[in-house]
Amino acid sequence: MTAMLEVDDLRVAYGTILAVKGISFRVEQGQVVTLIGGNGAGKTTTLRTLSGLLKPAGGQIRFKGRRIDGTPAHKIVELGLAHSPEGRHIFPRMTIEENLLLGAYLRRDGAGVGRDIQRAYDLFPVLGERRKQAAGTLSGGEQQMLAMGRALMSQPELLMLDEPSMGLSPIMMQKIMETVAELKAAGTTILLVEQNAQAALTLADRGYVLETGRIVLEDHGQALLGNDQVRKAYLGED
Amino acid sequence: MLTQFVQQLANGVVLGAMYALIALGYTMVYGIIQLINFAHGEIFMIGAFGAFTVYRYILPDGTSLWIALPLMLLGGMIAAVAVAVAMERFAYRPLRNAPRLAPLITAIGVSIALQEAVRLYYPDARSKLAFPQLITGSPIPIGFGASVDRASVVVVLVSVICMVALTLFVRRSRMGRAMQATAQDPDTARLMGINIDRVIVMSFLLGAALAAVAGMAQGLYLGQIDFRMGFIAGLKAFTAAVLGGIGNIQGAVVGGFALGIVEVMAVQYIPGQFGGGAWKDVWAFALLILVLVFRPQGLLGERVADRA
Repeated sequence: MTAMLEVDDLRVAYGTILAVKGISFRVEQGQVVTLIGGNGAGKTTTLRTLSGLLKPAGGQIRFKGRRIDGTPAHKIVELGLAHSPEGRHIFPRMTIEENLLLGAYLRRDGAGVGRDIQRAYDLFPVLGERRKQAAGTLSGGEQQMLAMGRALMSQPELLMLDEPSMGLSPIMMQKIMETVAELKAAGTTILLVEQNAQAALTLADRGYVLETGRIVLEDHGQALLGNDQVRKAYLGED
Repeated sequence: MLTQFVQQLANGVVLGAMYALIALGYTMVYGIIQLINFAHGEIFMIGAFGAFTVYRYILPDGTSLWIALPLMLLGGMIAAVAVAVAMERFAYRPLRNAPRLAPLITAIGVSIALQEAVRLYYPDARSKLAFPQLITGSPIPIGFGASVDRASVVVVLVSVICMVALTLFVRRSRMGRAMQATAQDPDTARLMGINIDRVIVMSFLLGAALAAVAGMAQGLYLGQIDFRMGFIAGLKAFTAAVLGGIGNIQGAVVGGFALGIVEVMAVQYIPGQFGGGAWKDVWAFALLILVLVFRPQGLLGERVADRA
């Protein structure tokens, strides 16, 4: 069986500096896979390359068996890969509803889009209450909800979430992680990048640990949670 | 006294409508790719020449006004849009990732090239060409003893219709939402599936179509066109765009009308050696300097602080 996403020896450079130095990993249908690692490990760079915002310097990316390295970003969304970027990047001067509509930009089924907007409001009721409010006026946690809701609007087969808990209060962080768990339970395939390794590994079927552009460890999520090296480096234990 | 004021106000509105139409092109392109397209004034000039070409070479003598005006406008738009789209494709797109000074210098180069191309190759374009005065009839009274000629009324009406149509397009249509998204966050717009290249072309295309309306309007209003007409009109419209807040569509409209009215009033009411028509450009650019010093974000402000 071919994996939904296969990354093989991927290298990404900023100018002459390699930020991702030949990494390989897979995401199977229905799985939650997480990339963890510190600042500058290359996690965000990897996601930005997968979604086509950056061009790889080498290696291959296969999505549903088809090569997508070098494909422009707007074509990759169309194939079913959605990316909720680091820092949320909602469109601040548009309303919540307009942000969600942009998530469905490529869809032509008006009725289905309407249903999915309602589903996003069911998932995040606070968004439904403020649908005509400018997205820039939302709190960080609400913006994160909007970013996730917007990514789901394209009906992705693979959802990539970059640091969904970044900069959020512990309560909000927990809420976001609960939502990720709900999406997982509903069968959504997710590639999750997190600095909060504890939360990410608890959810993940499989985890990869990145350090300065290389994968240094990979295992089942639970196994990595119990790994001494991981506990020391990312879970703050000695 | 009041008659004179109302009369000048009306003149200012006509002038302002033309500035606003051109300013919209500056502000849309700036909003999307942060380029001051200094060749946009020449797109306005080419719009005027396109309309003139239809009149001179295509329309038979004695064509009815109601057929001639739309066809001339269409010809002007086609010429302006074709040149603007080619300019984006061949002059600006290759410089998309270059330092910002490179496309700016290119824009100035394109501007000079277009002026010279028209001067050298368009028949009789070395001197001013008489634009047909198609809209005739007695001036229309607007109260307080003031009146406006019929061409001016048409110019203002058509301009306002264009501005309303543009606003609706940007707010309501799918492409309009894509333009807004690209202006606010181009990378994230790509993640939504928006083809940025098409959005950029669309911003040049819409700007050129509006500039063509302004070009034809100026021909009808002043009764003549020439290859240099884009230079000063372009600078004025750029001033209007900055005055309203560059990147802001409502700002371009407000800035255009404000500049037109200020210019006309300054000529009328500033006495002594600084008064009179010779100083009108000075007042327009003095206003630009004042805005840049005291309110650099423009009257309606480029809203930048809400990126949380």
